[in-house]
Amino acid sequence: MEGIVGYGAYIPRNRIKVEEIAKVWGADAPSYKRGLMLEEKSVPSPDQDTITMSVEAAKNALKRCLINPKDIGAVYIGSESHPYAVKPSGTVLAEALGATPEVHTADFEFACKAGTEGMYVALNLVKTGDIKYGLAVGADTSQGAPGDALEYSAAAGAAAFIFGRENIIANALESYSYMTDTPDFWRREYQYYPQHGGRFTGDPAYFKHVMGAAKGIMDKAGMKPSDFNYVTFHQPNGKFPFRVGKMLGFEKKQIEAGWLVNKLGNTYSGSSPLGLTAILDVSKPGDMILIVSYGSGAGSDAFIFEVTKRIEKVRDLAPKTRDLLDNNRRYLEYGEYAKFRQKIKKAS
Amino acid sequence: MSTPSRFWREIPQRYRLEANKCKRCGYISFPPRLICPQCQNREFKETKLADKGKILTFTVIRVPPQQFVDQAPYAVGIVELDDGVKLTGQIVDCDFENLKIGQKVKIEFRKIFDAGEAGILCYGYKFVPE
Ligand SMILES: [Zn+2]
Repeated sequence: MEGIVGYGAYIPRNRIKVEEIAKVWGADAPSYKRGLMLEEKSVPSPDQDTITMSVEAAKNALKRCLINPKDIGAVYIGSESHPYAVKPSGTVLAEALGATPEVHTADFEFACKAGTEGMYVALNLVKTGDIKYGLAVGADTSQGAPGDALEYSAAAGAAAFIFGRENIIANALESYSYMTDTPDFWRREYQYYPQHGGRFTGDPAYFKHVMGAAKGIMDKAGMKPSDFNYVTFHQPNGKFPFRVGKMLGFEKKQIEAGWLVNKLGNTYSGSSPLGLTAILDVSKPGDMILIVSYGSGAGSDAFIFEVTKRIEKVRDLAPKTRDLLDNNRRYLEYGEYAKFRQKIKKAS
Repeated sequence: MSTPSRFWREIPQRYRLEANKCKRCGYISFPPRLICPQCQNREFKETKLADKGKILTFTVIRVPPQQFVDQAPYAVGIVELDDGVKLTGQIVDCDFENLKIGQKVKIEFRKIFDAGEAGILCYGYKFVPE
């Protein structure tokens, strides 16, 4: 059997509240908060990007498994905000962990699904026996155009998973992918902010693919919603995960442990992976977990994990996701936020 | 100005805090040296610096060198790590008025500077309050 041997999260300390953004654009904060089920979101510091957050999340994952970084045979970062247009992010991560030079590295891109894509490949490479350990990180520092609905939710965070065959904390029972070509959200080269298809992003995009992947993996495994203790879906806003959960037959209590979006925002490639870290933080041996990502373009990856006894030994070895979310927050005003995110630039 | 090749040579220290520990007297050199400055011994064991410590002293830089102009004002401090090594670096994610000598900090991986809009991104360690 193969599965997760280490996991780690990273969330920047800065937050901005929905009210603070709404104030600037003359928007009605209470209706945004109700409509998106969102209160605030994380904001990276000016010296943070997908690479720095991936390093911190991966270091936390290493703290939970105490393996030799030289034994990591694959290092993948999935993100839609890789800092370089040309030059990999993964090489910096592999070097920072001490995994180089005998390691395969690649950067994945598939909108918000890039993180689980890396997990899919790392897990299945471990399964073939070609590598001893594989590391996959989902991380993003995504931006919404000023005043756009996305600006209220586009946030930053990273989640890292190390897959292996020994000392497993969550057995990987199934993996499954569901994908079609659907242009619901995109960004062309040299464009700073993405475009989206408005209402088109709902039914034919998010709901169709998340449901397709969730039903597909449950069929494959011969399982039903009530067989799971926890489920986490991609969280572009607060409402979508509960709505898709209900459509599939899951209850609110199965979703809540991994539902971080109301205080975190949408961390894109980090979204459902961060939900999984929060679930592992509170799960017990024997618990069954379903994770379903979503990436525009469009597709979903799904995994079923079964928690082992080892979770109790390792979960306290690194910061827990809810603690990263709730402790040490720094609230920004819009001006500082706009400077941090380079929405305004200083005269040179 | 740091060139890509100079930056590249310093990666083991900037990314992984690799240091040398003297096999005779235990002195930790960072960056690693060939001869122990304390006992002149030439035999070392590879080690990594501790990732936590406390602030010994700090100052706020308001008139910085060229490549840090966009970051000013920022705090720079000398931190005594849990292994006794004293390390200088930026202290970030903090309000200057709340910084204190003796305050506990941890090391995080951050962008140190970018060499202009088209240049390389230089990463390394900074301190953040715990
Ligand atoms: Zn010595």
